[in-house]
Amino acid sequence: MTSKTSEVVLEQLKKQDWAQPVFMTIPKGGTFPEIVEEGRYGPIFPKTACCYGFSIFAKVKPGKEEAFYEHAQNVQKQFDENPTMIEAFEPLKLHYLRWVLIPWKNEMFFMYQAVFDTDFDKYIEDIMPVFASGLEVSFVNLEGWPEDWRTNIPAQNKFFREHHCPAFMEYASYPFVSADEVRKALKLKAAFSTVLDQMQ
Amino acid sequence: MLELDDIQHIVLTRVPSLTGRYEFLSFRHAAAGREWLKALSDTVRSTAAVRASNDKDRRWVTVAFTCNGLRTLGVDEASLGTFPAEFVQGMAARAATLGDMGANHPDNWIDKTNSPDLHAIAILFARDAAERQRCQTEHEKLIAQIEGAEVLSALDVEALPFDYPRDHFGYRDRISQPVIEGSDEVPTPGSGGPFKPGEFILGYPDDDGVQHPLPQPEILSRHGSFIAYRRLEEHVGRFRDFLREHGETPEGQELVAAKLMGRWRSGAPLILAPEKDDSALAADPQRNNDFNYKREDPLGYAMPLGAHIRRMNPRDTAPGMNHRRMIRRGSTYGPLLPEGAPDDGMERGLAALVICASLIRQFEFAQNVWINDRNFHELGNERDPIIGNQDGTLEFKIPKRPIRKKITGLPAFTTVRGGAYFFLPGIRALKWLATNGTPQVDETIG
Repeated sequence: MTSKTSEVVLEQLKKQDWAQPVFMTIPKGGTFPEIVEEGRYGPIFPKTACCYGFSIFAKVKPGKEEAFYEHAQNVQKQFDENPTMIEAFEPLKLHYLRWVLIPWKNEMFFMYQAVFDTDFDKYIEDIMPVFASGLEVSFVNLEGWPEDWRTNIPAQNKFFREHHCPAFMEYASYPFVSADEVRKALKLKAAFSTVLDQMQ
Repeated sequence: MLELDDIQHIVLTRVPSLTGRYEFLSFRHAAAGREWLKALSDTVRSTAAVRASNDKDRRWVTVAFTCNGLRTLGVDEASLGTFPAEFVQGMAARAATLGDMGANHPDNWIDKTNSPDLHAIAILFARDAAERQRCQTEHEKLIAQIEGAEVLSALDVEALPFDYPRDHFGYRDRISQPVIEGSDEVPTPGSGGPFKPGEFILGYPDDDGVQHPLPQPEILSRHGSFIAYRRLEEHVGRFRDFLREHGETPEGQELVAAKLMGRWRSGAPLILAPEKDDSALAADPQRNNDFNYKREDPLGYAMPLGAHIRRMNPRDTAPGMNHRRMIRRGSTYGPLLPEGAPDDGMERGLAALVICASLIRQFEFAQNVWINDRNFHELGNERDPIIGNQDGTLEFKIPKRPIRKKITGLPAFTTVRGGAYFFLPGIRALKWLATNGTPQVDETIG
């Protein structure tokens, strides 16, 4: 199967053919060699049918498995007690976040998967104020996570780049559509329902 | 506490100049650079010194160095390795990140600022043309006396003859300028801040209270800043043609100009004056920058989401804004093209000096995300309409009820003609560079 080039990706993006589901293969390494978009910290992993995103795989520090479950409980509690905290996530333009622990032989690995609409570099910078807002960070329990991560954005960016395992194939039911567009569509649907109600 | 006697004046002081000149220099060996710097060092003055005599001074001088310039002056590789990678690489090498492609590519720059031989910039601001000429002649004499010193190129800058600062397109300039905490200045309403010194000057805490590690040696980097220099040609004839094409009446043309910028050319912001220009508002610094976007105009009916000032300072619609602000100095260059006159083919534009503590976090972020991200604010196929990299395939959308106006095939109104990254040392660092450096380094380059 021939990889789709960035040209084709951009062409699809321009068409905004959200109604046509697509399969897309992505070259090994996660970037299209024909067109590599330069971010500020290196080549950007491109927007694909499933939008921007990353899948971070890293080894959990020995004995720290429970810290991830505690972190999840604490985060849930923080949001329950202070629902407006969720607004801090708005700049990240997220579709989904998933936290997964993977036991392998006698070791524990961690996968953090994000699908979002800003580019890779911007996401990592924008997440800093989210962390600064007081949210607990589970990454401190990962091997290789920079100790000075709160102030050293380049080091944090390097960790994400080095631990990102890009997809080599994707399927999207509504390719390239941003989370904002999905929300707009749902709002529009709700607004039309109201219009139809008023016409009765 | 800001050490005003060590910070070069350009960071904290706007001087009352009407003219100026930038000279781009190269030194064949360390001795040439040091001799030049030694001769010039008494004229390069601190913020404190300039503030004390600003009323009677007739000229103001700033000097700054590229990474190759620091290397040539004897700063060793281990020290240079502690400077940020983007500064070490230089602006030309960062072209893809900055969006400097096509006509804007460094290969097309005309002032040799893309050359690895560029080592320093000497920035002169003067009260009048006579003083500029006097300083220029003095500097020519100095360069002639120093074996191994050379001027690669120079650019005369000039304020346009109006009673307020404006660019060649006719827009009022210098409305929104960040103020640094401890500088004794008061920010105008809506300008944010005062901002922590570490956002602009090395060696101070930033907005998060974090004091980032200083590049080495500290005597060189403390109280320094970085400068991104941009020589941006403004295509005035093309801009006026565009307005005529898209506005049927003079009022309609003014509205198109306002939608592109986000302000009427007078300076009145569309958020506060959405329907018609307001010259009193435009001239009132207590009001002309006092607005936000999230509640006032979330969909861009007053100010399009892609308008220049909405991109360059998204205010309450972007996170971490205090880490993105930049101090802008500089001036216009080239002759005024009178209203109604056909384009004369002369180069005219803006020679901007953008000052910040982190090129990658501030200047490059603005270029990469705010100016050239085609999907900024979900716009899909737009870049900054004034300074974005336009190749004729992009558009500009003007929200309007019932149906928005979409202008396709937006032309490039500006072209990058030169640019470079410089490190702006403090006063003590300049003396250290001029008299000390690292003498064990072989002084012959190349």
